[in-house]
Amino acid sequence: MKNTVLKVEDLHVSFKTQTGKITAVRGVNFELKKGETLAIVGESGSGKSVTAKSIMRLLPKSTTEITKGDILYDDKSLLKLSNKQITDIRGSEISMVFQDPMTSLNPTMKVGKQIMEGLQRHQSMSKAQARERALEMLKLVGIPKAEMRLDNYPHQFSGGMRQRVVIALALACNPKVLIADEPTTALDVTIQAQILDLMKDLQKKTDTAIILITHDLGVVANMADRVAVMYGGKIVEQGTLDEIFYNPQHPYTLGLLQSMPKMNEDRSQPLLPIAGSPPNLATLGEGCAFAARCPHAMKVCHTYTPRDTVVGNDHHTAACWLQDPRASKTETEEVLVVN
Amino acid sequence: MKEFDAKLPVHRDIQTQNDYIPDDIPSDLFVKAPLDQKKSEEISTPSMSFWQEAFQRLTKNKGAMISLVLLLLLIVMALIGPSMNEFTYREQNLAHSNMPPKVAGLEWMGFDGIDANGVNQYAERDVATNYWFGTDEFGRDLWTRVWKGTQISLFIALVAAALDLVIGVIYGGISSFYGGRVDNVMQRIIEVLMGIPNLIVIILFILVLEPGIRSIILAMIITGWVGMARVVRGQVLQLKGQEFVLASRTLGASNGRLIWKHLMPNVMGPVIVTVMFTIPTAIFFEAFLSFIGLGLQAPLASLGVLIEDGYKSMRYFPYKLIYPALVISIIMICFNLLADGLRDALDPKMKK
Amino acid sequence: MKRYFVQRIGYMLITLFIIVTATFFLMQLLPGTPFTNPEKLTAQQLTVLNAKYGLDQPVAIQYIRYLGNLVQGDLGYSFQHEGRTVSSMISTRIGPSAFIGLQALVIGAILGLVLGIISALKHNSIFDYGSVALAVIGMSIPSFVFAALLQYYVGVKLEWLPVALWEGYSSTLLPSIALSVTVTATVARFIRSEMLEVLGQDYVITARAKGMKENQVIVKHVVRNALIPVVTMLGPLAVSIMTGTLVIEKIFSVPGLGEQFTLSILVLDYSVIMGITIFYSALFIFVVFVVDIIYGFLDPRINYKGESA
Repeated sequence: MKNTVLKVEDLHVSFKTQTGKITAVRGVNFELKKGETLAIVGESGSGKSVTAKSIMRLLPKSTTEITKGDILYDDKSLLKLSNKQITDIRGSEISMVFQDPMTSLNPTMKVGKQIMEGLQRHQSMSKAQARERALEMLKLVGIPKAEMRLDNYPHQFSGGMRQRVVIALALACNPKVLIADEPTTALDVTIQAQILDLMKDLQKKTDTAIILITHDLGVVANMADRVAVMYGGKIVEQGTLDEIFYNPQHPYTLGLLQSMPKMNEDRSQPLLPIAGSPPNLATLGEGCAFAARCPHAMKVCHTYTPRDTVVGNDHHTAACWLQDPRASKTETEEVLVVN
Repeated sequence: MKEFDAKLPVHRDIQTQNDYIPDDIPSDLFVKAPLDQKKSEEISTPSMSFWQEAFQRLTKNKGAMISLVLLLLLIVMALIGPSMNEFTYREQNLAHSNMPPKVAGLEWMGFDGIDANGVNQYAERDVATNYWFGTDEFGRDLWTRVWKGTQISLFIALVAAALDLVIGVIYGGISSFYGGRVDNVMQRIIEVLMGIPNLIVIILFILVLEPGIRSIILAMIITGWVGMARVVRGQVLQLKGQEFVLASRTLGASNGRLIWKHLMPNVMGPVIVTVMFTIPTAIFFEAFLSFIGLGLQAPLASLGVLIEDGYKSMRYFPYKLIYPALVISIIMICFNLLADGLRDALDPKMKK
Repeated sequence: MKRYFVQRIGYMLITLFIIVTATFFLMQLLPGTPFTNPEKLTAQQLTVLNAKYGLDQPVAIQYIRYLGNLVQGDLGYSFQHEGRTVSSMISTRIGPSAFIGLQALVIGAILGLVLGIISALKHNSIFDYGSVALAVIGMSIPSFVFAALLQYYVGVKLEWLPVALWEGYSSTLLPSIALSVTVTATVARFIRSEMLEVLGQDYVITARAKGMKENQVIVKHVVRNALIPVVTMLGPLAVSIMTGTLVIEKIFSVPGLGEQFTLSILVLDYSVIMGITIFYSALFIFVVFVVDIIYGFLDPRINYKGESA
């Protein structure tokens, strides 16, 4: 059974800047299976959005370059497609929802028209058919008085409602993959929950695979089947939701979890922030990107880049020297004990 | 699917990208060695003040830097040019009228003393001295007059821009700082003034006032300050609502401190840019007025007066038009480029 | 919306009233009388003329009378051209000015849009640098300097187009081209920066993510949104064209309003100066008003409550 819809292999993406080339994504690997939700978690600048945009080939050609690796959709390389072919896939097979619903809709075009555009483009629908489908989508995402709202402009919607419109727009053509780039970050907390529920609900109905990009572990816990933790342009740990939350193997994952407030714990315990600041991608060389901030760093971490290592069962990997048998057992123990 | 390696149950490569790493990394490297966090925090880019950063951005802008150099050169020429030869801007010599430009050594560039009809006027009229930019119909040296004119045009523009600045900052500052009804009334006045095309106002005032440098400056500032006042008011209003001003207020900063330490530095950028755009506008207005006959009176020269004189006889003596036209064009281009550069350097968001 | 219109029209009238009043009293301050300039007149003739034009009345009466006439569209008589009304002088002169002005606007807008749009799409290319440089030069060089050079090189030296002769369509070309330079440069710069701004907007990425073809994205999403604010340039452009006509008509001997204005200034024809000033101001105020209305229709975000949503 062919289960994998999307596969990213050893992806490297560089930006050309005035001061030189900066590699923002340095060897990302993951697979996305049909109907599952993969959360990519990381700080800003960890390369998660760049990874997402590379999949859609939405990075500006003048300043970015995919230097290495491949992205396979249905076993076809997306990177080798012509411009025409990739636009055929965008929006119909793979869709994207962006962070800020305030800016991701065209302010001077009626929302109905914005949804219809994609339908007319991909499904060769007549105007009337496309309008019918757009209406259906607005109803599906729970917009009241959808009939009337079709002819409204984005500024006439609230933030949450706009994000619903964006989701309707993204799902209109029944894509197999939906990439949601921080879909709730710009929204109020109460609205966040509504939008997440909506996405979960729609996923059940349509069996769409979701790549959820976020820095919010709460959102991850709510949505994800599997989690990939990114740091410094790499996935440092990858596993199922339970594995990542209850058995983290990378000190960065651990740090992330410890810095998150929990509901049922002793409030007198202070949150533990991760010391230091995110790495400067321009100056990052050999060695583990997290070594400079890692409380468990060893000499080897500063000079050699750690390999992805399978931890426990087959799906759970971590790129950390602590997983090496030569690492002192006490070190490894220490990490696990803290957990 | 890869094979499961029984020998090393918790360690297995699943990628090949790191093959170059020797598997025999010495074991002694596996020793705890975390970096000192305080140290790693220090290794960041040196902090720069806003002005240093702006200056650095400006120096990277080639157009702006070339313009700055050219402008400085023109200002120097405006100051020393008129005294570089023995002529004055008003001294007439009818025997040497309408001499074409001639510079010894630059004959190949057209400075050969030959007029539009191909006659070498210097040989014809037996003139020994070379007039670098030629002479006008009264035999006045155009080199001296062009630089004298540049001097006067720049003077008018600088003074007008400075006065606009003073009035505009005071008006805009009062309006925005006090707000409420004061602001309301002051804004209504500005709105009415904005509705009037300022060139018309300038022309009317020039008609009434005695022609001269002072009247031109006065006429220009009657409407010129409005733009500056609006910029200052807009900036102050925007800043007043921002958190850092509020924070500083909460900490008990006095009004004076607030204005000098917080508002001034932030308003400075747009103000400087506005001044830089005012100067070429003022130069344009002066030249425009002179061109329609409302400018300075002879024998005083400004770039506008010279262009108007040159235009009248350009058919036969094109050189009379070309040099002042060239100077005014270069000045305008340079000021605009420099202002553009300053705007980008001081406030990357203020584009347009 | 209705309140907004009433308020705007109120402002327009106040502004116009202030202009009329200021112009009137400035004219009173002018040195000499309208009749000092031309051929010597006897004292008796002067009295007759002054009485005829109402100049023997107190200033206040003259002012009220002028306002009264103005409301009826009567701008008085020319002091220099016996028996001609200012209104008739304006109406006979407006044609050529409007023609070269509009022609310049059309040439400039089309050229500017093309240059600006290509420039933004080929951002940081040689074409972009070139057109930016051209735009800076076009905006910087005063229109009369450009006009004079144009007349010298194209008219006098190359003899391609007629110079200083108002005859047939070909004579409208040089003045229109001279006027259009500023328009082209302003529009090109403006649309370029608008386009670059829109190109960086999230909704353009959304449109691409929908799978729209690049040229559809550019036409339907980028250019459309970038064009809307260009309308706001019409006000300043109208001013620059009006200003330009004052000198350009003098240079190319166009029998338009601008030339009449500069002529009247030289001979101190007070009533004509006043009339044209008021006419220009009213036109300007009207253009700004119309532009605001058009903008409101084009941009759905404007709701006329004074603020954008």
